Amino acid sequence: MSTIEIRKITKKFGQFVAVRDADLSVAAGEVVCLLGPSGCGKTTTLRMIAGLERATAGEIVIAGQRMNDLPPEKRNIAMVFQFYALYPALTVGGNIAMPLHHEGIGKAEIAARVNKVADILHLRDVLDRLPGQVSEGEKQRIAVARAIVRDPNCFLFDEPLSRLDVELRHSMRGQIKAVLSNLSKATVIVTHDQLEALTMADRIAIMRDGSIEQVGSPHDVFAKPMNIFVASFIGTPQMNLIEAQFKSYSDGKAKVVFDEQDVNLSVDPAVANLRPGKVTVGVRPRAFTVVSKDTRDTIEAMAELIEPMGAETLIHARTKTGGDIRVVVPREKKVRTGEALHLIPDRAQTHVFAADGKAVRA
Amino acid sequence: MESGISIWERMGFRRSTGVVEAGWGRTLVVAGVSFIYFLPVLFIIFTAVKPQELALSVPPTLSPTSLFGLIPDQFVFTPTLENFSSVFSRVMTAGGQPEATGFDRFFFNSVVIASVSVLLALVIGTLAAYGFSRFALKGNDTYLFIILTTRMLPAIVVIIPVILMFRAVGLSGSYLGIIMLYTAFNLAFTIWMMKSFFDELSPDVEDAARIDGSSELKVFCKICLPQVIAGLAATFVFGLILTWNEFLFALLLTGPDTRTVPVAMNQAVASGGRGTDWTLLAAIETLFLIPVFLVTFFLQEHLLRGVTFGTVRK
Repeated sequence: MSTIEIRKITKKFGQFVAVRDADLSVAAGEVVCLLGPSGCGKTTTLRMIAGLERATAGEIVIAGQRMNDLPPEKRNIAMVFQFYALYPALTVGGNIAMPLHHEGIGKAEIAARVNKVADILHLRDVLDRLPGQVSEGEKQRIAVARAIVRDPNCFLFDEPLSRLDVELRHSMRGQIKAVLSNLSKATVIVTHDQLEALTMADRIAIMRDGSIEQVGSPHDVFAKPMNIFVASFIGTPQMNLIEAQFKSYSDGKAKVVFDEQDVNLSVDPAVANLRPGKVTVGVRPRAFTVVSKDTRDTIEAMAELIEPMGAETLIHARTKTGGDIRVVVPREKKVRTGEALHLIPDRAQTHVFAADGKAVRA
Repeated sequence: MESGISIWERMGFRRSTGVVEAGWGRTLVVAGVSFIYFLPVLFIIFTAVKPQELALSVPPTLSPTSLFGLIPDQFVFTPTLENFSSVFSRVMTAGGQPEATGFDRFFFNSVVIASVSVLLALVIGTLAAYGFSRFALKGNDTYLFIILTTRMLPAIVVIIPVILMFRAVGLSGSYLGIIMLYTAFNLAFTIWMMKSFFDELSPDVEDAARIDGSSELKVFCKICLPQVIAGLAATFVFGLILTWNEFLFALLLTGPDTRTVPVAMNQAVASGGRGTDWTLLAAIETLFLIPVFLVTFFLQEHLLRGVTFGTVRK
């Protein structure tokens, strides 16, 4: 079975801890994205799975076999590098055929398999060229072709689309997803682009400072972030994170105070168990309903800057004491600069984070 | 990368629009400066084909041809190949038979000693450079510096201990001795040169090869080496020129059987008591130029890329 399992792996470079106690399991046919800001340890994690870095501690199991002590060439994995890492001295065909030379199959068989993947990825016309003579998009497809040409235990992608322009990235995202869905292998994709992760992954593992913060389906990490970091990292525009004082909970509503406003917010019932004190309230910019009247349930703010985004409009609003709130409303909703806004957050999209940064959820 | 470059194009006769782009003025300036650089070599070659008695004539003869009457007759000489045959066998004493001069042997020595030592240094040095470039050992920079110190002292300073050591172990006058010495001397240069080439390569490509199932040896031979061919060519040519022309070590560490051309040339000039035979000397020099000229000529495609490597981002 094509599976990947990493257990409590840690990587230290001298004193610096690049990855700390990371746990992750990828089932056969599953695509997991490692998502996080630059330097969070996601590429290091991938390189440990590949065997290009040795784990300082922990276990790496691929296809049921412990791999920690095996060099990369013995692990039977396929990897696509950020900068493609094509062999400059070999033709495109030679590049794609390279992994097959170690499988002890005949020349005719190699040629047949190279042609087959070249057809899938539309590389038939450039097989005789050198990597220096093809376009950026073709280089990317060659790198993918070289990975899928044989039958590896798993696929690893390191920022596979970061070098492509927006349009090409969009179409390659779909192509890679289609190719992967036919191969039913465990796949790990490293990316810092959340849209890439949300669209391509079955599950997303969000990393920060060497630790995996949350693993979940694209829906879960978006709708149920486990902590403030995940909440702020996923979603554009970024979630509003409002620091507030939690007073009490009754009838499904939490009474909180922030920026000199007393507001009753519909929140998760688990908030009832919270002690009064400092909390962070997270509300997605699209989760506000703009109402006409100031009530106990509304947050008060004044529209300061209005950015039309096409189908929607992004409003930067300011509370009385200067707190910034981002609100996204449909295009049809006309809002003028300086207008007072009365905002009611949607309950399902309102998250309360305790003082330790963890979400309070039933 | 482009194939099908004709011999004429290699020699500089490119079907380029160079003159059109640069203009005749600039082209002539460059040609003029190049000619000045080439003048000493041209003079040697002309001297080599002069009759012996014209070698030091005043005014000097300048050209084997009158260039359709452009050059006055007194500057023109009739070319001869006599000097070249004298290189290998000549009349040593008045009225005697021609005797072998041993220069065939000396040329053979020069070729063997220079090529073996430079190739050896290239093999060992490239492996060492790869190691220095890829494997971070504690103190790598210190080792590299120490390696370079062998080139910091002038040869004349090093020569005394080397002579004593060579005498002590019986390496004086042997092929092995001089080849070992030249190899050691070329190593410093080779390691530094090749390391900079390896440093330029993307380590991702090697990682990709490992993942694709290549052993370390295969990664080095199949992936790294093809990318540094320009570097190998440049290093080989520079090393060859240095070794081919080396005089001091060869003078003091080679014996009669292992003598190289520069040393033999010196002795041929000095011996005989008839004063310096300039035309003979020029003939030897002309022959001596040919091997390095050929190697440089055939590797120049790589050489140009080699010496500009790293200065232009790919």
